[in-house]
Amino acid sequence: MSSPIDWRFMDIVAERSGQPIATCYQCRKCTAGCPTAFVMDYDPAQIVHMVQMGERRALLSSQAIWMCVGCETCGTRCPNGICVGRINDALRQMAAEEGVRVGAPAIYQFHRAFLNNLRRFGRVHEITMIVEYKLRSLDLLSNLDLGARLLLARKLPPLPQVIRRRQEIARLFEAAGAHAAETPEGRE
Amino acid sequence: MSRSYAFYPGCTLHSTGLEYGVSTRAVCRALGVELVEIEDWNCCGASSAHSLGGELADALPARNILLAQPLGRDIAIPCAACYGRLSSADRRLREDEAFRQQMEQVIGREYAGQARPRALLDILTSDFPPEELRAHLRKPLTGLRPVSYYGCLLLRPPQIAGAWDDTEHPVKLDRLLELLGAEPSRWTYATDCCGASMTLNRGDIVARLVGRLVSAAEDAGANCIVTACPLCQANLDGRQGRRPQPMPVFYVTELLGLALGLDEVTGLFGRHIVDPRPLLRRLGLLS
Repeated sequence: MSSPIDWRFMDIVAERSGQPIATCYQCRKCTAGCPTAFVMDYDPAQIVHMVQMGERRALLSSQAIWMCVGCETCGTRCPNGICVGRINDALRQMAAEEGVRVGAPAIYQFHRAFLNNLRRFGRVHEITMIVEYKLRSLDLLSNLDLGARLLLARKLPPLPQVIRRRQEIARLFEAAGAHAAETPEGRE
Repeated sequence: MSRSYAFYPGCTLHSTGLEYGVSTRAVCRALGVELVEIEDWNCCGASSAHSLGGELADALPARNILLAQPLGRDIAIPCAACYGRLSSADRRLREDEAFRQQMEQVIGREYAGQARPRALLDILTSDFPPEELRAHLRKPLTGLRPVSYYGCLLLRPPQIAGAWDDTEHPVKLDRLLELLGAEPSRWTYATDCCGASMTLNRGDIVARLVGRLVSAAEDAGANCIVTACPLCQANLDGRQGRRPQPMPVFYVTELLGLALGLDEVTGLFGRHIVDPRPLLRRLGLLS
């Protein structure tokens, strides 16, 4: 596989993620403990190695960076204090900013729907969030059975809880800048 | 002795984690604990803010910590994900001067380091001497063989979640359950992740993770699973699919409520996806 190597990539990702990526010596404990490594196109230790090797394009369009559930097992066990989850967060944000075709569109659209819902009400309201997620991802038919059971158990309130000082939430979104904003990719 | 905490319920306690909210408030009332809800609190941002939101990951939870400052007491947080986010933001507020000033300016409150985020399970297992809890016990949970399930974020990463229990082999929930008269089963999956953050968009992956946990609980000889997180409970309860014998999944506060004889707690068991009432009736714990 040949792809152009970006030699500044490791420094950029280390800076954005706050992780000492250069210290990884491939003991692979992160991969051993990762609950979702079995569905990743590159496993956690490979992700770190690929960052070191400047494999920018392959990583930003990979599905692996979206499969991380943020469980913090890798970072807790890494002998060099590297949390691959934080690296994945940085790579996701770079992928969104650069408008590359994301490797797991449904997961990306879920996070967008969640943040939009939060911004609108200040708290997350499941029903409207799920409707937006389904419209964005066109994943229309999943989870209907579970949704019905939760509705029957009266666990999905029809109306959102709206906080009073929503302008403070809007200001936090503005202050967070580019990564929090909708990308061209997300708007299509 | 009266105890008082600021309270950050989080979004799910009014919806899918309904039983957790009701049982938390009921148990605290019975134990003489005051919970003062943080006024106008907002969502912590959960997985989505740290995945896509950059600074939002700490800024959203930081607002709640600033709003809690005037209360001047620890913040009790029932949800593991909220706890992780608020703890991360609290550390940022303590250590990053520029971040703190920016947050203080946007929210218009000062950070005084006076409202420490704490997991509700930490409070329940650390702040009450065993004799005190034992004095409230009405119905020992004899015959219940739970496995204690902590999931990811109650104890990880240790620099942020703190060291209120062992990171890799926690024991405090087992001790509490023993005190309530249950017989916790030993297993090694207490801190393995259930994948809840993907439950809406990758139910297939989550069903495999949940299936593995429930099978491990069966192998350990357990007859139920106990959690202290609304995402873990909803996920483990709702994603067992067509297992021939699905396993009931309780909140720790539900079992406390049962042992303390609180009817408002036991009245909610019918709203679980896996109905725990047949098990409890078989053990004579529910009429």
